[in-house]
Amino acid sequence: MADDKFDAIVVGAGLAGSACAYTLAKAGKNVLLVERGNTAGSKNVSGGRLYTYALELLEPDLYKRAPLQRKIVREQVMLLNERGATTIDYFNPDFGENIPQSYSVIRAVLDEWFAAEVEAQGGMVASGILVDGLIEENGKIVGILTGGEEMRADVVVAADGVNSLLGQKAGLFPDVKSHAVGVGVKETIELPDNLINARFGVTAEEGAARVAIGCTEGISGGAFLYTNKGSISLGIVFNPEQAAKQQRHIQDIFQDFKMHPAIQALIEGGTSVEYGAHLVPEIGYQGIPKQLHREGFLVVGDAAQFGINTGLIIRGMDLAIVSGLAAARAIIASPSTAEMGALYMKQLEELLLVANQRAYQNFHGIFEISRIFGGYPKLANDAMQFMFTVDGKTPTPMVKGLLRAVKKHATFGQMIADGWKAYRSL
Amino acid sequence: MTIKKLGPEELLALDKFSVDEGNPHIIVDKVICAKCSARECLIVCPARCYRLKNDEVNFEYVGCLECGTCRVMCSGKGVTSWNFPGASFGVTFRCS
Repeated sequence: MADDKFDAIVVGAGLAGSACAYTLAKAGKNVLLVERGNTAGSKNVSGGRLYTYALELLEPDLYKRAPLQRKIVREQVMLLNERGATTIDYFNPDFGENIPQSYSVIRAVLDEWFAAEVEAQGGMVASGILVDGLIEENGKIVGILTGGEEMRADVVVAADGVNSLLGQKAGLFPDVKSHAVGVGVKETIELPDNLINARFGVTAEEGAARVAIGCTEGISGGAFLYTNKGSISLGIVFNPEQAAKQQRHIQDIFQDFKMHPAIQALIEGGTSVEYGAHLVPEIGYQGIPKQLHREGFLVVGDAAQFGINTGLIIRGMDLAIVSGLAAARAIIASPSTAEMGALYMKQLEELLLVANQRAYQNFHGIFEISRIFGGYPKLANDAMQFMFTVDGKTPTPMVKGLLRAVKKHATFGQMIADGWKAYRSL
Repeated sequence: MTIKKLGPEELLALDKFSVDEGNPHIIVDKVICAKCSARECLIVCPARCYRLKNDEVNFEYVGCLECGTCRVMCSGKGVTSWNFPGASFGVTFRCS
């Protein structure tokens, strides 16, 4: 029996699970990484962009081995109305200086590489295995059940994603609430690299990341666009509660966004090759369950609802890696399973994950300002149209023209209220 | 023009599925759904697995993208059981 027992079983070969298993295997632990997909990453969908510091934290220079897509040097924010777009473009070729700040990623590629790295460190990876349940003995989690078989370990790490059925089975938290998540839909569109480089003003290794608002028919949410090697990731994340209260299917709203003249021009010549969907933890710190461990059981990554969305910065993968590392360090440092949970929480503090989550803890309040998703992007475009229009008629005085654009979409009272709400959230 | 608006079937045709015939991973109770007036599933399921047929909510598990939105959003609790598909079944993403 002792021979069959692992030091740790990690469920889910996403970034949290692989980061945890990698660190454990490297420390000589006997670790089993279980993945329900036939290959790691084959069940995953993300935007996606990975902030590189997390890989660096795991192991210096690890990012150089990783199959990352393009180093993000252009940060773009797009405000859309029906046919127009106002885009802010921040270019910084030195972003991150010595260690690049972020890369676009394709999860099927990245996760498969990461799982192979776990194996190279001596970890065991078992793909195509669905975990049905947990084994509990004397109040402790001591293993997993899969296909009627038992597999035992000192500790089970739940890295089973945003839907974390294992965390629920362990009795740690109830099912995720609808107000705490966004539903993301995404199309991957193959596009030749020379077109990507020219359209986004980047070199072969560099890329752009874009967020867009004003394309969700007023539903709280926004779109994203990431340039990869030879493809574009294009998608929208919706607040599902608000989406459900209107009549149009989210797929149709997404397809309209794809065909927006300002977006279509970027992807024309491309070929749609995949369509995916995924839930995203949306409310940050306040969405994290109070209890992330019990004896013999730790919860990491999306399963713990780690996530930060400021509207400009969308983070999840980096937090997943950091939390996987925190769990591994706790497991390595614990003399017995009794101390692991407390040590894991301490590691989350020490690795600054908690500080990062707390810094933005009220941020999702700004997404309750409905005009951000409709009125204000329209206002920006109307103001632009006024300022750039030349038709030979007597020009409207500048202030009057701008005020007219403003008043069409919001009263001053509304703007003051929205500004106050934003101020309180930031 | 290579970029076109894609319909629900066209979008799912881009993906690779391995169907566990006769073994749905999500169970939907039509009797409960008949009493539900909200029917969030019809709007928010990214794969449009939930459709109205003769005024009844019809659920088709083939084409499910395994996102969990229906389970989280279902207010009438017609989604009585939600699991991941059995090992090696369901959707396989290659470039997401």
